[in-house]
Amino acid sequence: MPKADELKKIASQIRRDIVRMVHGASSGHPGGSLGCTDLFTALFFEILDHNPKNFDMNGTGQDIFFLSNGHISPAFYSALARSGYFPVSELGTFRKIHSRLQGHPATMEGLPGIRVASGSLGQGLSVSIGAANAKKLNNDPKLVFCLMGDGELNEGQVWEAAMYAGSKKVDNLIAIVDHNQKQIDGPTDEVMPLGSLRAKFEAFEFKVLEMDGNDMDDIMETITRAKSETGKGCPVVIIMKTEMGMGVDFMMGTHKWHGVAPDDEQTEKALAQLEETLGDY
Amino acid sequence: MRNFEIINIKDTRSGFGEALLELGKTNPKVVALCADLTGSLKMDAFADAFPDRFFQVGIAEANMMGIAAGLTIGGYIPFTGTFANFSTSRVYDQIRQSIAYSQKNVKICASHAGLTLGEDGATHQTLEDMGMMKMLPGMTVINTCDFNQTKQATLAIAKHEGPVYLRFGRPKVPNFMPEDFEFTIGKALHLVEGTDVSIFAIGHLVWHALEAAKELKKQGISAEVINIHTIKPIDEKAILKSVEKTGCVVTAEEHQINGGLGDSVGQVLARNLPAPIEYVAVMDRFGESGKPEELLEAYGLDAVHIIAAAKKAVTRN
Repeated sequence: MPKADELKKIASQIRRDIVRMVHGASSGHPGGSLGCTDLFTALFFEILDHNPKNFDMNGTGQDIFFLSNGHISPAFYSALARSGYFPVSELGTFRKIHSRLQGHPATMEGLPGIRVASGSLGQGLSVSIGAANAKKLNNDPKLVFCLMGDGELNEGQVWEAAMYAGSKKVDNLIAIVDHNQKQIDGPTDEVMPLGSLRAKFEAFEFKVLEMDGNDMDDIMETITRAKSETGKGCPVVIIMKTEMGMGVDFMMGTHKWHGVAPDDEQTEKALAQLEETLGDY
Repeated sequence: MRNFEIINIKDTRSGFGEALLELGKTNPKVVALCADLTGSLKMDAFADAFPDRFFQVGIAEANMMGIAAGLTIGGYIPFTGTFANFSTSRVYDQIRQSIAYSQKNVKICASHAGLTLGEDGATHQTLEDMGMMKMLPGMTVINTCDFNQTKQATLAIAKHEGPVYLRFGRPKVPNFMPEDFEFTIGKALHLVEGTDVSIFAIGHLVWHALEAAKELKKQGISAEVINIHTIKPIDEKAILKSVEKTGCVVTAEEHQINGGLGDSVGQVLARNLPAPIEYVAVMDRFGESGKPEELLEAYGLDAVHIIAAAKKAVTRN
């Protein structure tokens, strides 16, 4: 089977996991999670050079991934479990008491795959720069990836970090912006217009790439290109267009499913659109 | 009673700078970050000697805290340096989420704390920092009293696994801690034995507490002086042992009365051994411009006020 087709099958299962986790917890953020599922699938099953079976906080000799917009934790957790970081059965504990799968990612409970807490927005790029600097000090040639939301770019700290990464030539870092053009209160163009993200990041001395985050072939091709752009004196950012709620028709084209859980009937309707490929947890 | 002599007059921040340089030589995992205050924090020597392990982040403290958290992922021990105000209130959420909740081994080193920052005034005179930092689960909070102790503490926190807030100051003050007083995180130092009142002091006010004890002795009051350099975890045993003997307490600190050392000592006593406490602290107000010694007097934080507080505590006992 061609790689992209195999990845698409995994993505379908991750989308089922997301819907079932959020339904099971009666809370959570399905919209952005579904939108970024294809990226998570590509990263955790193909792109990252990592060691899921033997999680090491320092990640020495491995690629490291940070999720800055921690609210899309369902996609992160499913990708981690499905790629082998922890048992898939644990996905059913999402957002429940005494779970390692907190509403937003955390290290406190020792969930393998999580290296820093996120949820309060805008902090992940700074942490990623630190980890990238540590890799340089350790002569570790592997890369640091950081996913951020586009609404998150409203936070000032992101631009402090961008100024640092560009001017200090943090060139072992690939940042990815989930540009679904939606945030909680509505379209980003209404809440806080972002203008040209390309121009902004170029002004901060990033190498800027763009991709369709719901097209597996484009994801694979663009990230491969991004990797080839590392080590050349500037950080790389990929502006990734996605559709919030991707894969579930009634969750697409609206910001309303940013942070709302589907009820029983809606869950059934959603799951009918998503093929069970790896077996539900 | 032991007589504490002034060894010399030095700023506490220079103790930090000296120790940081020493750590640079002895521990290759120690790295340092600064937000455009390298000279003020006395970090220049480290920056010059170890340019690869020094990160100048510019005036961007939030980013600095995040980068520090990230550097621990890879095995480094980051020391951040900026003024106490910009080390705490300005970046509280970054510290809370990326460092404290994420259990990162970051050492937040904060200079120019308290009123004795002096002429710059209230915008820079943080008096709330220890309260904020001690509320974070897992955070160790230290405020050193002189050059020698700041140097010792800086070396000690590098060996401690977990986030630490180390607070020190700007002015040149008496350096008096003899070298035989070993610094151990969380272990209070018994400076003067006494039987009538326990004075628990922290930071620059430890010297003033010693001066107060001398004067109290002349007036027939035997004051015990204990240097609580670590506000969290606080040395409960030392506090209780002293108060079992004296029965009354003065706390002395360059911090708001709310959230500071007084609150911590009060909590220990309320839970174990209720006793009258008099607080020498800033009474819920902001600071202002002035010379350090003028400010300590004006805000009731000098030896004169510690003496008055001790007498009052004794009468309440």
